Amino acid sequence: MPDHLFVGKSIPRTIEADKVTGKAVYINDLKRPGMLYGKILYSSHAHARIKRIDTSMAKQLQGVRAVLTGQDIPDVRVGFLKDQTVLKKDVVRQFRDEVAAVAAISPEIAEEAVSLIKVEYEKLPAVFDPFEAMKEGAPLVHETDARGRPLKSNILPLPWKFAVGDMEQARKDAAYIAKDTVSTTWVNQCCMGTSGCIAEFDQNNNLTLYDQTNVIFGHIGRISEYFERIGLAGKKIRVVNPVVGGSFGTKLDTDIYEFIAIQLALNTRKPVKILFDREEEFCALPPRQPAVFTIEQGCDKEGRLIFRHCEAILDNGAYTSWGATTPSVMIMPMSSLYRVPNVYFKATCVYTNNIYAQAMRGYGNPQATFAVETSMDSLAVAAGIDPAEFRFINRNRPGDETPMNLKITSCGLEECITAVRDRLQWDQKRGKQRGRGVGMASLIHVAGGARVTKSDGHGIRVKLDEFGHVDVIESGTDQGQGSPTVISQIVSEALGVRPEDIFLTFGDTALALWDAGTHASRHTFMAGNAAVIACAKAKRQILDMAVELIPRLVKGEFKRMKRKDPGFVEPDLDYGLIANPEDMDIRDRMIFPKKDPDHPYFKVPISEILRNGLHVGIGESRVVAAETFYDPPTEMLNRDMKGNLSMTYAFGTTGVEVEVDEETGEVQILKLVAAHDVGKAMNPTLLLGQIYGAGYTGVGYGLTEEIKVRNGRVMNPSFRDYQMLTAMDVVPIEAVIVEPGDKDGPYGAKGVGEPGLVPTAPAIANAVYDAIGVRIRDLPITPEKILTALKERK
Amino acid sequence: MKKVSVSFTLNGDPVTADVPTTWTLLKTLRDYFELTGAKEGCGVGECGACTVIVDGQAVNSCLYPIPEVEGRSVTTIEGIAEKDGALHPIQTAFLENNGVQCGFCTSGMIMSAKALLDQNPDPNEEDIRKGIAGNFCRCTGYVQIVESIEMAAKADK
Repeated sequence: MPDHLFVGKSIPRTIEADKVTGKAVYINDLKRPGMLYGKILYSSHAHARIKRIDTSMAKQLQGVRAVLTGQDIPDVRVGFLKDQTVLKKDVVRQFRDEVAAVAAISPEIAEEAVSLIKVEYEKLPAVFDPFEAMKEGAPLVHETDARGRPLKSNILPLPWKFAVGDMEQARKDAAYIAKDTVSTTWVNQCCMGTSGCIAEFDQNNNLTLYDQTNVIFGHIGRISEYFERIGLAGKKIRVVNPVVGGSFGTKLDTDIYEFIAIQLALNTRKPVKILFDREEEFCALPPRQPAVFTIEQGCDKEGRLIFRHCEAILDNGAYTSWGATTPSVMIMPMSSLYRVPNVYFKATCVYTNNIYAQAMRGYGNPQATFAVETSMDSLAVAAGIDPAEFRFINRNRPGDETPMNLKITSCGLEECITAVRDRLQWDQKRGKQRGRGVGMASLIHVAGGARVTKSDGHGIRVKLDEFGHVDVIESGTDQGQGSPTVISQIVSEALGVRPEDIFLTFGDTALALWDAGTHASRHTFMAGNAAVIACAKAKRQILDMAVELIPRLVKGEFKRMKRKDPGFVEPDLDYGLIANPEDMDIRDRMIFPKKDPDHPYFKVPISEILRNGLHVGIGESRVVAAETFYDPPTEMLNRDMKGNLSMTYAFGTTGVEVEVDEETGEVQILKLVAAHDVGKAMNPTLLLGQIYGAGYTGVGYGLTEEIKVRNGRVMNPSFRDYQMLTAMDVVPIEAVIVEPGDKDGPYGAKGVGEPGLVPTAPAIANAVYDAIGVRIRDLPITPEKILTALKERK
Repeated sequence: MKKVSVSFTLNGDPVTADVPTTWTLLKTLRDYFELTGAKEGCGVGECGACTVIVDGQAVNSCLYPIPEVEGRSVTTIEGIAEKDGALHPIQTAFLENNGVQCGFCTSGMIMSAKALLDQNPDPNEEDIRKGIAGNFCRCTGYVQIVESIEMAAKADK
């Protein structure tokens, strides 16, 4: 295989230079002519009946163009289980319930108008603890389901259950068993750019939505369904991404504010922008789903896992978004992280009057991996085996098929565990206590798409102009992950041009083919494969032209030379070298015969062929364009929650060394080693950025971050009180890149966006245990929890 | 609404803004001058996305009352590249070393870095981290931002 010119190289992000000069246009910066500003009034109670809403004063305020309540818009249910309406008119079930909305000529007037709306409530009994909410006689969050049938319980009708093997026999066979109850909390995605959109209808009621979603076509699906129910069936919807200020899962579902913007735009006949402020971002955006796990594992005398049994309770909040589907992802680490033959996993989602949850980097994997890896450590201790050795014994291997039928192809977990062990000097440092310790945790994640919807496809379009510029119309979205650079590298390599020749368009449903979404760490894998196929087609078109045109161009040139110099002798060339497109190649903008790459006459710039193919003067002109819709041969999960949903899987291990101050309870990370099997690094510098960034967010998840929800209310809706890590929180992080190459990935690559976050928090918890001998089972690991645990130990 | 007329230097040019007295520098930059590089990430001076340089100091423009700007010199992200478009070494370093991902914090981050390097051309890692302590980033974990600023400091020598 020839050396790659661009793939695998740390090409700078020059294609995104607008981001360093202030030119990049985010939703914050985007204005449309005549645009109004929308603002939402939220509930004042966690659970209450709305008795009356008085909007008269708001309507009278100068500059207000619309004030809407649930009475003013169609009573249509939305959401994953259709368990809410856009504006709530009878009952509010959480503090973030949208009760009314205003459109005005300025954000300030809209805000003032919202403050003038008076709502009278009658308080209803509320429930905030999922365990309380499951009890008989608990206040019902919903009295009926989406079809109006009465509900008797707060437990959602989502039977997440997975069972393989003989659990009873496995328990008998186990030499050692460990049981832990662990819990994780709500954390906010903390995108630096807050949520927002602009809804704009044309005269025929076709909608253009400027929106930050990372699932542009999923958005259309959900809005189309809504349109059908509000009398706009058949209207065209176009979703366009501005530059997106971070996503991390927040933009997966269509949120209520987006439907509100649509309603305000429809009502006012003007473009309407809704832009969240930071407090709304903390209070009214669905964060990561919290969960409580009771996990039990057993192994034989040699340390081989025999069974894993886990039950999870998820606080669903008042409504259902993607958070309720995180158990489908939890099944992956539960069944397939390390070799384990007998597995039982059950997750129960419970309505409460708390905020509801959505997706965040890693989906349910960080929660479930915290449970599995806490238990792995407990069991290693019970069995008297070094925790690193214990993981090594049970590691996944290439060629494995896991209990949920995941087909493991490439797998560098062995190298990752070994690398962490070496780099941390594990064997010297472990087990010394005295406030210093080491811990580790591993991960498995989808890395070759994720068939969570019936199509896991990804479309790409490639077209070249006569100057050799390449337009690539990508159906994914760019939320900052570096795809413009990486896709331009892949296209350059596959087509034979340079990254500076590539012009990318992301996130426009009118131009792009289709995509399941830029989620599940799937973009490089899916778009990369689609690009390789599309570029091969385009390249073939160019070479088909080249075999026709190069002899003509060369002979024409000889004719000209003869005219100029009658003594010119035409060289005797072997035109057989360029007779077949298969014998030709393109590299670095030049077309050439494979057998004689530096041929003095047959090596021709790509632009020359494109130009001569287009401007021919007779009815035979041609342009080069190709498209591909790539849908990999993977499976959706079946009823038993089994299926090979991804073409390949990412593996990795994070190890940390910590120092715990037993006086203050503070944890300092002395070293963090993140070893990741990435298949093949497409751009090493950008890859490191994914690992560092995800690792840092994982440290926050482990040590500091928590949305404090008390009686349904978010108590810390600001950066100051939320405690996201800053540049002053130094985490000495070292990445180890393991590159086994993946047979199905573009140039061998696998997905890497989420993995870095997944094992970080449990690795810290396990290191804290090694340092002070107490195991913290509830995230985040705050100084208070450590001091309390130390007191209990004494 | 009561307005105020404020004259100052903006990216090297003398300017006057007639804006409501209650406006901040950030709002004036974005809504009056249409310089949207500085971003509002929180609006209360916690995240640093709105950082610009006023008389050599990095400030949160979301907290800076516009009347206070009278007679001062303001530099924004739009004003640090050369007139011909050649990037400032910090901007180049952020692109080359992946100091930018989603980019929302980047304008503020670069302005804090510039204020730092203008005052201390040879900072160590701790100086750099202190210099951007008020600039939050969710994408990068700060590692490659710190490295980018180190790289820019070296390039400037």
